Amino acid sequence: MKPILDKQKFKVVIERLAHQLIENHSNFSETVLIGLQPRGIFLADRLVTYIESITNLHLQYGKLDITFYRDDFNTGKEIHLPNQTEIDFSIENKKVVLIDDVLFTGRTIRSAMDALVDFGRPQAVELLVLIDRRFSRQLPIQADYTGVVVDSVRTQKVKVFWKEHGKNDEVFLIDNTVAER
Amino acid sequence: MLSTKHLLGIKNLTQKDIELIFKTADNFKEILKRPIKKVPSLRDTTIVNLFYENSTRTRISFELAEKRLGADTINFASGNSSVAKGETLIDTVNNILSMKVDMVVLRHSASGAPHFLSNHINAAIINAGDGTNEHPTQGLLDAYSIREKCKTLKGKKVAIIGDIMHSRVALSNIYCLKKMGAEVTVAGPPTLIPKYIDALGVQVTYNVKEALAWCDVANVLRIQLERQNMPLFSSLREYALFYGIDKKLLDSLQKEIVIMHPGPINRGVELNSDVADSQHSIILNQVENGVAIRMAVLYLLSGKDSI
Repeated sequence: MKPILDKQKFKVVIERLAHQLIENHSNFSETVLIGLQPRGIFLADRLVTYIESITNLHLQYGKLDITFYRDDFNTGKEIHLPNQTEIDFSIENKKVVLIDDVLFTGRTIRSAMDALVDFGRPQAVELLVLIDRRFSRQLPIQADYTGVVVDSVRTQKVKVFWKEHGKNDEVFLIDNTVAER
Repeated sequence: MLSTKHLLGIKNLTQKDIELIFKTADNFKEILKRPIKKVPSLRDTTIVNLFYENSTRTRISFELAEKRLGADTINFASGNSSVAKGETLIDTVNNILSMKVDMVVLRHSASGAPHFLSNHINAAIINAGDGTNEHPTQGLLDAYSIREKCKTLKGKKVAIIGDIMHSRVALSNIYCLKKMGAEVTVAGPPTLIPKYIDALGVQVTYNVKEALAWCDVANVLRIQLERQNMPLFSSLREYALFYGIDKKLLDSLQKEIVIMHPGPINRGVELNSDVADSQHSIILNQVENGVAIRMAVLYLLSGKDSI
């Protein structure tokens, strides 16, 4: 189990991502943030709280579940069970920032873009991720904001732990033999 | 995951199954409020709606649910098919399945038809009403509508009123409500209440007013004249007089109760218009919830491994 981010670094990275968002979107009047269920929500929550605390702005923030848009929902052993979608505002002509924890094959993001356009036509869509597992992509999808880039092979696993789950904020790279034990 | 491959009846479902269906239906209800009420989950699935008996709500509701999940659908009504030439149920279904159909929604006038079919064919089967046995999606959507209106099912008092004997809705409702912790009373004329129904854990009364005074929710059932091959009450007028529900009767209760009906309503017989169209009634919410419940059932049964 190789550590990628410890508690201190985790905080620094999230604050850096928040500042990058502020840099590009200044007052967020035309921008909405959308966290992807289930684990992108933790990251999106942190970003929204931090940005609101240092700017006094109110951000439009929604949660998107992409279960029904997956291309693999019924191919595995277990059917994927849905989570809540909460988008209480129009995304028509807005700049949308999609937020997820790990960018791996790109398939989740593809599904998310499908799901997103069912809510309207955004002016632009950006992608923010905490971990980018480059060299693993199966689709031409790249992040606009990246926390950490990780070089890994398919059999390895990136595990993000969140305070919200009663753990320390940490990220590890795990060899699959260890993960299965 | 559901504990079953087919939805043959609520009798075979666990409480956990029912909770999972409700939770999934919540998600689909949210989707049905979006500008684009459609998701592509079942775009690789083909579903046949086999209706050997008339239906408006159930057939439209299933078809809408299938289309909103992105599935391809085929509709079959026995009236204008080769059934009239004497083809058997298994032959008909196997012929349809050989054209690569993944799921079968079956309504049949014979109790147990979907159970029989599930032993002989290789596709997921959803019972859309079999004779006087069960109508599981109706039972689920009724319970779901009560849960939505009253927040919970646990401890709620539900009266099922009318033609219990011939009603598959009644049986599915009883199974579903009991499994979810509600109390159930059935009420109606003695000739329309099966003799040993108390074995299902329900109370029985022959006095509608008594049942209404006891309950939080009244699910009023249709008098199924088409299934009665001998007179079980004197006249519709007499039935309406003794067992029909009107506003005057509700006003005399001095409490608010919720009125449900699975449709189609015989207006002026089991339910008067001044009740069916009133604030008390959640009849149209039931229909609305039907699509979300059926989407949930189709989605949860569509796993390729389960077929």
